[in-house]
Amino acid sequence: MHPADNPLVSHPHRKGRLRIFWHQARKAAEPLTDSAMALLPIVLVIAFFQLVVLQQPIPNLGQMLWGLLQVLIGLALFVRGLQMALFPIGEEMAYNFVRKGSLSWLLVFAFALGFGTTVAEPALIAISEEAARIAASGQVIASSVEAQNSYAIGLRLTVALAVGIALVVGVFRILKGWPVQYLIIGGYFGVVVMTFFAPPEIIGIAYDSGGVTTSTVTVPLVAALGIGLAHTIHGRDPMIDGFGLIAFASLTPMIFVMAFGMLY
Amino acid sequence: MEWLIGFGTTLLTMLRDVLPIAAILFGFQALVLRRKIKDPARVAMGMVLVLLGLTLFLEGLEMALFPIGRLMAQQLTAPEFIYDSARAAAGPIHWLDFLWIYAFAAAIGFATTVAEPALMAVAIKANQVSGGTITVRGLRYAVAVGVAVGVAVGAFRIVTGTPLHWFIISGYIVVIIQTISAPRAIIPLAYDSGGVTTSTVTVPLVAALGLGLAETIPGRSPVLDGFGLIAFASLFPIIAVLGYAQLGDLKARRLKRRFEKK
Repeated sequence: MHPADNPLVSHPHRKGRLRIFWHQARKAAEPLTDSAMALLPIVLVIAFFQLVVLQQPIPNLGQMLWGLLQVLIGLALFVRGLQMALFPIGEEMAYNFVRKGSLSWLLVFAFALGFGTTVAEPALIAISEEAARIAASGQVIASSVEAQNSYAIGLRLTVALAVGIALVVGVFRILKGWPVQYLIIGGYFGVVVMTFFAPPEIIGIAYDSGGVTTSTVTVPLVAALGIGLAHTIHGRDPMIDGFGLIAFASLTPMIFVMAFGMLY
Repeated sequence: MEWLIGFGTTLLTMLRDVLPIAAILFGFQALVLRRKIKDPARVAMGMVLVLLGLTLFLEGLEMALFPIGRLMAQQLTAPEFIYDSARAAAGPIHWLDFLWIYAFAAAIGFATTVAEPALMAVAIKANQVSGGTITVRGLRYAVAVGVAVGVAVGAFRIVTGTPLHWFIISGYIVVIIQTISAPRAIIPLAYDSGGVTTSTVTVPLVAALGLGLAETIPGRSPVLDGFGLIAFASLFPIIAVLGYAQLGDLKARRLKRRFEKK
């Protein structure tokens, strides 16, 4: 932790939790300009297309500004919380696992983290229901509700399994120090080969499923875990070995979903 | 009051999404590692900030940007907008009729990616790990340019109806060629940046664009052709980040050569 982030150091006269909260709320206000910079392009794009291209007024301007204020504050709070909770937890757990020295527990944790965070992911739930509808309309499965539900759940479990395995492989790779590109390019070959055997209805969904698996809460945790491992293990470079976990998590679902489409 | 209900509902959904993650983290921490977390009050506070922040963020997007963005995607892909009255809409479609759509696809891809919180997290981490060599903004803009090109190419693909996999396979080949010559330290980060681009902000707007486009163009099915834009948005950032690093590397080498000549 940076000394400036420490409420005890910078605020010697604190009085209780309310004070800490106030201090942190004030700290959170600092990155508001960063958030504003992040939001500026989207506001400009929408304004340009609405006013210049479509030549229509902006509806509900007041409501829009109120919503934008929320987005601004929300983004600033998220970034602050990230540095207070998600990053430190990921790195601390990586350190503790290395200290404990149990490879199997670390891999079990990696699998649980990948599977557990993916299986309940709302974007994945939406895409698997959509996929079930497509499969039913293409008469791959019966169009009954039960058949669609079981297809959607099967697809969700497949993707979650794929992300779990991705994190296991990714963590193992950090421990061994293998270069990420051989594994990823190997995975690309897997995707290409599978593409020629998988039923065509599943391909678009499979390719998209790689992108939707990694949520906003999972990404910082997984990144911190990888970097924490690379920091703690002797001879690993955080830049070269620490990144890469998210890449695995977006690659394996494509292969697994196409396999699911072939087997189902 | 209405706002409070909306906020409360989103907060509860967020809580439901975050609880399994928290359970896994604290379960392993307490049962397997059996260590106390450092500074638990701060971590708890940070978790609360993450939850509150994401809730406000999503609520605000749902209130201010998603409705107008979705409406815009529909209006821009509506046949009345694409074909001006002079030309019969019944004639064969030409990919040049869709220039505004490619422009919108690129602009919205860029803008939503810059605002993507997960990408911000990775950029902050990359900045720390690289000792400041990679700037938070530089990485985000490089990724956003990648998504912009990706979504525009994806929209072009829906218009022309070329099979998705030919584009993806060609993209892979470009990535492989770049990987051979790119600076080694950027490769893992570049691969990662493909996965983080598509979440809370990008997916709803880009998906709306894809579906609208597939509905408008005769012979495209929304369910088959509407997919695939997200795949483009995760592939092109890899190329963009690798390219960005290669450009920097090239510049540094040229400077060095010039310096050695003198």
